Amino acid sequence: MGKRKEISNWGRYPRIEKKESLFDNIPVLDGFLSDADTLIARGMGRCYGDSSLGENIINTASFNRFLAFDDKEGVIECESGVTLDEILQVVVPKGWFIPVTPGTKFVTVGGAIASDIHGKNHHIDGSFSRHVLSLQIKCSDGTTYHCTPTDHADLFSATCGGMGLTGIILSAKIRLKKIATAYIRQKQLKAPSLDKLLELFNIYQDYTYSVAWVDCLSKGKSFGRGILMLGEHAEEQEVKPGVDTLKVHKTPKFNIPFNFPSLVLNKLTIRLFNTLYYLKNLREEQDSVVHYDGFFYPLDNINNWNRMYGKRGFFQYQFVLPLDKLDLLKEVMLLIAKNNKASFLSVLKVFGEQDGVLSFPMKGYTLALDIPYDPHLDQFLDQLDLMISEGGGRFYLAKDARMKKETFWQTYQQADKFLEIVNKYNPGSSFSSLQSQRLGITS
Amino acid sequence: MKKSILILGATSDIGKALAKRYAAEGWGIFLAGRDRDQLDRLASDIKIRYNVPADAHYFDALAYDSHKDFWKNLQDLPSVTVSVFGYLGEQETAEEDWEMCQRILDTNYTAAVSILNLVSNSYLERGQGVIIGISSVAGDRGRSSNYLYGSSKAAFTAYLSGLRARMFAKNVHVMTVKPGFVMTKMTAGMDLPPLLTAKPGAVANVIFKAMKKKKNVIYVEGKWRWIMLIIKLIPETIFKRLKF
Repeated sequence: MGKRKEISNWGRYPRIEKKESLFDNIPVLDGFLSDADTLIARGMGRCYGDSSLGENIINTASFNRFLAFDDKEGVIECESGVTLDEILQVVVPKGWFIPVTPGTKFVTVGGAIASDIHGKNHHIDGSFSRHVLSLQIKCSDGTTYHCTPTDHADLFSATCGGMGLTGIILSAKIRLKKIATAYIRQKQLKAPSLDKLLELFNIYQDYTYSVAWVDCLSKGKSFGRGILMLGEHAEEQEVKPGVDTLKVHKTPKFNIPFNFPSLVLNKLTIRLFNTLYYLKNLREEQDSVVHYDGFFYPLDNINNWNRMYGKRGFFQYQFVLPLDKLDLLKEVMLLIAKNNKASFLSVLKVFGEQDGVLSFPMKGYTLALDIPYDPHLDQFLDQLDLMISEGGGRFYLAKDARMKKETFWQTYQQADKFLEIVNKYNPGSSFSSLQSQRLGITS
Repeated sequence: MKKSILILGATSDIGKALAKRYAAEGWGIFLAGRDRDQLDRLASDIKIRYNVPADAHYFDALAYDSHKDFWKNLQDLPSVTVSVFGYLGEQETAEEDWEMCQRILDTNYTAAVSILNLVSNSYLERGQGVIIGISSVAGDRGRSSNYLYGSSKAAFTAYLSGLRARMFAKNVHVMTVKPGFVMTKMTAGMDLPPLLTAKPGAVANVIFKAMKKKKNVIYVEGKWRWIMLIIKLIPETIFKRLKF
């Protein structure tokens, strides 16, 4: 296996000193399985917390080959280490797109399935796993299972969103989305208050892509003001003539080579950013046609943007609350505003139905916040955790690094069923992360 | 004629990187090695990513008798052949264990000669072609810590040098590549100096560019030329006392 080195994920907390092993063929992976007591798979390290950290980390970066691409039917099959970035490069020129994409293209297919990622189209298209036709997964005794929603359906459903605890995902077959162009017809709507914003969500619920940026620091009348961003894949005639309609994104150029001093991002600059961001849209409604890269991945053009938050890092906090808990959502947001805990890029979205057994998205409102670290933060978040879990909500495991065990078992109603499936396919459980240990899912 | 490259030892990390680099330039790729499953996966990957032809071919470097058929069975003659396969072994074990020692010598030297003889003769007949041999800086001077591997690479370097001279007048070019430390499966777990260690992708890039310029002998990282020059200049009376 490889050498020990310091490893942390996107939120840069926690940091551990561990070995990370690569494999590019099955016999090598089999060797890791028989040598180690516990393993956890890791891809691009874009989850925020400790989901892919553990005693023995198996990195899928070298297991990254495309196995088949049917450009007539729009079905692609690849190994788990292939990134969404690489898939886009292959499929966009042929008129296809990833069916569900998160806010970064730098995640692997394995990670996308294990976190059952969601995107701006969750209310219409569900999460990533809904478009996975089949997957191959290697369990603890070395057996490889071919699962589909009907074949080993229990393992399939537990693997989608199962945080890597059901085995090592080897490959997946994914159904793509047909596009006429690489461009998005975008509509931005300004909402002076939260109520107005939620009303707009409702009015425009038929849009394929919808997400709102919320100013979580504004108080009083403008509390919860924001900008609703809507999108549809653009047709050929909507794109400027002479432009390559199926143009692939460029690779990022900018890099943040060092940690910003903590002073750069403070309450004042964050408040200023939020106000400016709201004011930058002069008109109530703005329509434009933009490339998918800018629409879906605005931050991907800056490598290591997480360094902007300084050395101490930040917490990404994302929860979902049922639709009938609107008052509670407001209460939580008010509390955040009152305590000045939010930063820029607080994102609000309405989810559709849940997919996998342990999938995070469920019908309701989801709010994602970046909160720079401060010594009292944990206490504050514990308070929020309690409010949200008692209100029937839950937290995104891919962004969690601190949730309490009780909170997990209280909020993920199918956790028992999940554990049953994990144990059925992995008697004596071999897959375990710092997160699964903290949450008492594995020992 | 369509440009194509035959990669002998295609599942090695440098082999894979070369396949991707050449495919990105639109070249057709012949992947040769022992691991069928790996070769097939690599071939489908290259076809899908780069829209170029890519085929997998079984090739066992140590099965010399099979080389003739292997070469004959390639549908088209590749315009470039690169020999990447090699075996590092373990110096200390190989000092005692003849089987490992022989495998080092055979893989790095005898096998390469066996297949490249066939390749060069057929390129000679055709009057064009490029042969690239991946040798090593370890062949520049035998050091106590890896002279078995080093001497096999030294022999390979000498072979390529002679071959180059023989082919020169017939429009066939031979390039010798001497990588220093490269981050690969071969060196996994070794404590390598980061400033002197190249990534396979960078090695492939250097090789592609050097081939276009028809270079004869290249060190992948220029620094190695000077390091090896110094190592070569150390007088033997001093050198024999050095343990490295």
